[in-house]
Amino acid sequence: MFTSDTVYNNGAPLEGETRIPSGCAVSAIIDRSGKRMTGEKIIRSIATMHDRSNGLGGGFAGYGIYPHYKDYYAFHLFFNDFSCKKETEDFLLGHFEIVYSSEMKTRKVKGITGEPLIYRYFLYPLSKRLANSLMDEEQYVVKCVNTINAKINGAYVFSSGKDMGIFKGVGFPEDIGRFYLLDEEYEGYMWTSHGRYPTNTPGWWGGAHPFGLLNYSIVHNGEISSYDANRRYIEMFGYKCSLQTDTEVITYIIDYLLRVKHLTLEEVAKVISASFWSTIEDKSEEDRAQETYLRKVFPSLLINGPFSIIFGFDNGLMALNDRLKLRSMVCAEKGDLAFVSSEECGIRVIEQDLDRIYAPAGGQPVIYTLNKNLGEGGVR
Amino acid sequence: MDFYIPPEYEVVRTADLCIGCRVCERQCANEVHKFDKDLGKMIADSSKCVNCHRCVSLCPTHALKIVKSDDTYKLNYNWSMQTMNEVYRQANSGGVLLSSMGNPTEAPIYFNKILVNASQVTNPPIDPLREPMETVVYLGKKDVDIQRDEKGRLIDNLPPQLKLTTPIMFSAMSYGSISYNAHESLARAAEELGIYYNTGEGGLHQDFYKYGKNTIVQVASGRFGVHEQYLKTAAAIEIKMGQGAKPGIGGHLPGMKISDDVSKTRMIPKGVDAISPAPHHDIYSIEDLRQLIFSLKEATAYKKPVIVKVAAVHNVAAIASGIARSGADIIAIDGYRGGTGAAPTRIRDNVGIPIELALAQVDERLRQEGIRDSVSIVVGGSIHSSSDVVKAIALGADACYIATAAVMALGCHLCRSCHIGKCNWGIATQRPDLVKRLNPDVGSKRLVNLVHAWTHEIQEMMGGMGINSIEALRGNRLMLRGVGLNETELKILGIHHAGESM
Repeated sequence: MFTSDTVYNNGAPLEGETRIPSGCAVSAIIDRSGKRMTGEKIIRSIATMHDRSNGLGGGFAGYGIYPHYKDYYAFHLFFNDFSCKKETEDFLLGHFEIVYSSEMKTRKVKGITGEPLIYRYFLYPLSKRLANSLMDEEQYVVKCVNTINAKINGAYVFSSGKDMGIFKGVGFPEDIGRFYLLDEEYEGYMWTSHGRYPTNTPGWWGGAHPFGLLNYSIVHNGEISSYDANRRYIEMFGYKCSLQTDTEVITYIIDYLLRVKHLTLEEVAKVISASFWSTIEDKSEEDRAQETYLRKVFPSLLINGPFSIIFGFDNGLMALNDRLKLRSMVCAEKGDLAFVSSEECGIRVIEQDLDRIYAPAGGQPVIYTLNKNLGEGGVR
Repeated sequence: MDFYIPPEYEVVRTADLCIGCRVCERQCANEVHKFDKDLGKMIADSSKCVNCHRCVSLCPTHALKIVKSDDTYKLNYNWSMQTMNEVYRQANSGGVLLSSMGNPTEAPIYFNKILVNASQVTNPPIDPLREPMETVVYLGKKDVDIQRDEKGRLIDNLPPQLKLTTPIMFSAMSYGSISYNAHESLARAAEELGIYYNTGEGGLHQDFYKYGKNTIVQVASGRFGVHEQYLKTAAAIEIKMGQGAKPGIGGHLPGMKISDDVSKTRMIPKGVDAISPAPHHDIYSIEDLRQLIFSLKEATAYKKPVIVKVAAVHNVAAIASGIARSGADIIAIDGYRGGTGAAPTRIRDNVGIPIELALAQVDERLRQEGIRDSVSIVVGGSIHSSSDVVKAIALGADACYIATAAVMALGCHLCRSCHIGKCNWGIATQRPDLVKRLNPDVGSKRLVNLVHAWTHEIQEMMGGMGINSIEALRGNRLMLRGVGLNETELKILGIHHAGESM
């Protein structure tokens, strides 16, 4: 938890203390053959869309980047100081076996200042604590993440998945990418990225995106007008939207629909970016019945207002626009590579010669997954 | 000793304009106007005037107006003229004071202290003239487990739902309290609009069974007109536990309004006051309510949603939570400003709480308990305009009930004299000569106009907020701000004060 104070940021409210609308750039690359690449390409992609960010937030999610630790939860943490780090580590020791931990490797980059302490831990739950909690393993891990984020002042877990990691901070995304050495230190089969244009000064590294929940990550461009309707609904089911960001509530909605309600990705898209009733009316009888049912059951999970999101999960991603397509988003393919970007330039800068490039319609989900499933935890 | 009580309003006739056509005389069931042969002109007895404006509206030369009388007792802040007159009346009659329509006192109207948001720059407003703007609402339980057939397709396992093309319904007004033509107007308008009207507790006239698909039938403590066919004809069944205008007591229909047809429809004797019991005598607790809900569901093969209507009272959140757990599909909450055809004045003006506060508390409580999904919420009790509908939905309602506005569309001028049974507009009366003044062709058209107009305005406001589907507005309290409200009021409403950011 981080709170604003007059010394640190002149008393301006931080993420979670107020709602901060943002414009943004998003971009993603996946190699569907599973071949791993460094973060160099994704940095170039998001850097091209420099003007869509304003230097107040950038971040990346890489999948398949921790092959040697792929069975362990990789926690990435921000700390304000060593006392909250100590407090957090005591908490972690009480709940997890810490397999490996280290300070996050970073390099000094012009334009990146005021960074917090950044650490990484590879963990697995203490079996007795897990058994006594009467929760499944994922619920247990999420609860621990939430406890740290809510209770330990100055500490924030910003990545908690297996064989994936989120890297983010305050600055332009290309600077953040180089700050974390994504172009040298990491190789993954999929990368997503985000450049932020907040209309307020969050001044806090945890407020940058992607937002993660276990292996799920979301980068989002937009400002949803349904925010409070969505938030108040999803909070009925044990989620707590402490950051007050769109990205956070969208992540929880997708998690709820996929993991708790067992919907498919396509069905999730039909809930959060539902077709208009008039469009549904024109569909085949079977589709009409299915989509009508989803809209009737989950009316409060319709996400309204402009958004383009890239939802990352084990083995793939889903790109989705709002139902009116009020935010730009382009998809492309080249062999096993697939790309998603706010603007075409974000794709062309890394791959001139494309097999296919297209702009998906509003509400039409684009799903790219690995050609063969690499392991457990994927989404149906 | 009966004191003379001076009339509150005076009929003023401009002699130069009056042509002596005597339309005012023919139109006034209260016999205010008459032609005086000796004086050779029209005269008026203001003491009989209820200020319904029928004569003013129909005077071809606009020679008439009704003004507030300047006659006054010695001015007294503590004892208003009205309060004094009520004492005089009761000292004379020994009776309970009766009133009609909603509470007219100066208590706060919270809707007027709530402001709505609009998009600027970071998020585009949506133009309802050029983009789809969805106002369709389904009312009913949503809390189902996802089930699939052998092919993996979703199985439609939702309990029965009411589909509304716009989040507005006509609230309960019984046949008896209002006229045959008023009911016909409501039924036809509901059918044309794709919404529902509500029979109230007076049964359903045989002629209107054909509008069953757009009819909500009520089961109240008097059980007037309730039989198998009545239940089966309806789209939904409403159990009336309470009414905003008179929480804690039952319905009241004066005997003079019980005509042959009303008597037949209600299955009660003609000409005798129909006073419903205060409680349902088979419901003394929440577990009894559950039995009635399921009795009605059994009787209709679980094909119709059951609504439970309660008055907004202090403990309404807990009551609603109990109802949500008792099998009800929809909860209707009626605020203390809700209308009535007859209610004891003291109860109407002093019992119950504002709908805005009740709604905010009910919605929040159901969410805290994780059961908001198991029930829809419909609110009524002085929804004045489309902006009230928008605010109610943003506070957490699924839809709104309107009745006072609906009868105004039919001509009502809120003279608050329904209990007298001499409605000059043909609405709250059973006198055939008065009833025929309300033409259902015109009445239904005006109701359709009103709801269309409100729907357009709702769409404009939604578009301004960057919302193109009404479900994204429901419970979206960040879209609201209070102005001039204290911290307790803001806390109860669950909204920030104007000027506070998101």
